[in-house]
Amino acid sequence: MRKSVFAGALVAAAAFSAPASANDSVIKCIADENNWCMQQHDYSATRYSSLDQINTKNVGNLKVAWTFSTGVLRGHEGSPLVVGNTMYLHTPFPNIVYALNLDDENRIIWKYEPKQDPSVIPVMCCDTVNRGLQYADGKLFLHQADTTLVALDAKTGKEVWKAVNGDPKRGETGTGAALVVGDVVMIGVSGAEFGVRCFFTGYDINSGKRLWRGYSMGPDDEILFNPEKTMSLGKPVGKDSSLKTWTGDQWKLGGGSIWGWYAWDPKLNLVYYGTGNPSTWNPAQRAGPDGKQIDQKWSMSIIARNPQTGEAAWAYQMTPFDEWDYDGVNEMILVDNMEVKGKKHNVLVHFDRNGLGYTVDRESGIPLVAEKYDPVVNWTTGVDLDPKSPTYGRPAVVASKSTFLNGPDVNTTDVCPAALGTKDQQPAAYSPLTGLFYVPTNHVCMDYEPFKVEYTAGQPYVGATLSMYPPKGESHMGNFIAWDASKGKIVWSNKEQFSVWSGVLTTAGGIACVGTLEGYFKCVDQKDGKELYKNRTPSGIIGNVFTYGHKGKQYVGVFSGVGGWAGIGLAAGLTNPTDGLGAVGGYAGLNSYTALGGSLTVWSLP
Amino acid sequence: MRRISFAIAAAIALGGVWGSAMAEDVQPGLQKEVTLADGCLSQEGAEFKDGKWVLPDGTPTFHVCHKDDKYVVDWATYNGYRRYHGECHVCHGPNGLGSTYAPALAHSLQTMDYGTFLGTVASGRTRDEAGTKFVMPAFGDNKNVMCFINDLYVYLKARSFEALPAGQLGGRNRDEKPQQARDEEKACLGS
Repeated sequence: MRKSVFAGALVAAAAFSAPASANDSVIKCIADENNWCMQQHDYSATRYSSLDQINTKNVGNLKVAWTFSTGVLRGHEGSPLVVGNTMYLHTPFPNIVYALNLDDENRIIWKYEPKQDPSVIPVMCCDTVNRGLQYADGKLFLHQADTTLVALDAKTGKEVWKAVNGDPKRGETGTGAALVVGDVVMIGVSGAEFGVRCFFTGYDINSGKRLWRGYSMGPDDEILFNPEKTMSLGKPVGKDSSLKTWTGDQWKLGGGSIWGWYAWDPKLNLVYYGTGNPSTWNPAQRAGPDGKQIDQKWSMSIIARNPQTGEAAWAYQMTPFDEWDYDGVNEMILVDNMEVKGKKHNVLVHFDRNGLGYTVDRESGIPLVAEKYDPVVNWTTGVDLDPKSPTYGRPAVVASKSTFLNGPDVNTTDVCPAALGTKDQQPAAYSPLTGLFYVPTNHVCMDYEPFKVEYTAGQPYVGATLSMYPPKGESHMGNFIAWDASKGKIVWSNKEQFSVWSGVLTTAGGIACVGTLEGYFKCVDQKDGKELYKNRTPSGIIGNVFTYGHKGKQYVGVFSGVGGWAGIGLAAGLTNPTDGLGAVGGYAGLNSYTALGGSLTVWSLP
Repeated sequence: MRRISFAIAAAIALGGVWGSAMAEDVQPGLQKEVTLADGCLSQEGAEFKDGKWVLPDGTPTFHVCHKDDKYVVDWATYNGYRRYHGECHVCHGPNGLGSTYAPALAHSLQTMDYGTFLGTVASGRTRDEAGTKFVMPAFGDNKNVMCFINDLYVYLKARSFEALPAGQLGGRNRDEKPQQARDEEKACLGS
């Protein structure tokens, strides 16, 4: 544990010298690597721990140290938090919170269960997952399924305040973890599949008072974009940057869900997050006044905002006029001084659902690298990075894969990736040991047929059918890869039978650990991907691997409990991509490997 | 109240489902799977009327042909397939096979009669299994579902038999869209 204290001191020094006001308690908590204070591990969302007691040499000796059943059957995303001698666990709906005493055989100190109307369950497209708690100032922040944000006293589990962020009757739901910066706690809202105009909101951590709200689309004063100061691709966005990219008042049902993992740069004092798809999935219904593609800003974008005022510093739209449900919500990982094309940048790295790995200068918002992180990605030939080009910043869409050009009632076949993306919410990790990113991916393609739908408040507003299957000629549906974000190249790639739907942990011990949908917990060598340890958990893993130290011992843990989009798409078995209705048998369903049930498994060296 | 009127309208559209069902002592929709004279699969007594396949009691049914290693289904079954994968599969899984979240409708429709299906979709259903709540929402107000409720039903009905295996249907796997279907879609969805 010696190393952790040293590294912690460095982190603390760096953060305290930052000009922006930062929350001392979080900075202090992160500085002690024995803790796991944030879902993302740190504000840069690296998921890298400097703990090194468990390393490439001894990881093969790991033994299960202890386990805990959450008592909930649904899909378990996110991870517990560890602050000092207490571990805090969350569950999917009904969103129970447990505090466990690590000093007393992990006994339950308190349990909190909010009262929520179960009618929110079916409004949650794709399972009642929750991506976990956040901690600051002796408080825990829980973002409930029904969008209520609750601050709990971490000592007692008593409610300090509650804020209602949205209305599930209109299809607004909560799955994402919050982010606390200074005295502001920020959360997004989901609901693009229900025609919700989604938003990102800041609340005062002491009172729960709403400070600001930035919508994903709409008038400038509602999206908190400053026409002169908010930049995109190096230029001010100008007036009505969102409104003029929609037909009529369609922006009112615009979508743009926000539920991924956010990051914060203390020096620039900017919070980074992504927005999801425009509603509906039938692009013909969203065509421009001239019947052509229209951008639908700021859906499918990376947005940088000031956490105190909410004002956007810059935005970059990755997939203008989405035609495949490639949400831009995935995690934002911040790395300093990365050399890209001969020049050093402080970058933001983002693995998008659309199959492209983006390396963006996080001060200017200029994309530096945008490359496929799965070679099968076929909807685009690449992104135009020439600032002089009229299509600067845009992906070139392959016409035969355009569900818009092919039109409604036409089945566009063999589009890669599928709607769940080359990666979904499962967060990647960075390792400063190798300078590489460790990315859990989906290797799935689809057929997509859009059709006309009507909007009814609180009802699904989807408008497309899709079938998913492994890429032609292949039988595996996931890869665990190492990615060089400075070059946009895959360094190594390990095949997995199913999508890798678990968040990755990297450590100073040279290991990268991840879970699989069959329920395996695996650790590999960061250098070459060689498998060093494998152990079976009680259910499929869609949670994020985390680590902590307690009384001189390092522990690694992960939630198991299959579900989520993965549980829905894969539980029954994906189908064979043959035109004439092939059998499912070739691709065995996940349900022949695992069953529901949430538990935490924790490993340590004997 | 709109929800109820939808369900009733659907029932009236069937033209006397309830009475004839009692006479034959088979609940609407639970008729046996048979091979018709054209070599295609449907349910006992199926006839093609006004652009769709129906049973003598007025219950809608499917028509699935499997010839030369290729499946061709009637328009209603095809439309049910695609509407299902737009509205229902995020909970009930692809091909009606179920998920970690909601039951496999390909199995449910083996024993569920047409009226119960309609009622469940229109009004919803809740269930508590060892403390885990399963909640099916009411779709009675949802035109994207209720306008095509018979199509959804016949697709799932076909899936509940061996007539239609799990898998995907493309443009060459279906009959032409009948004019009646076009008219009804327009009248129900509007515009």
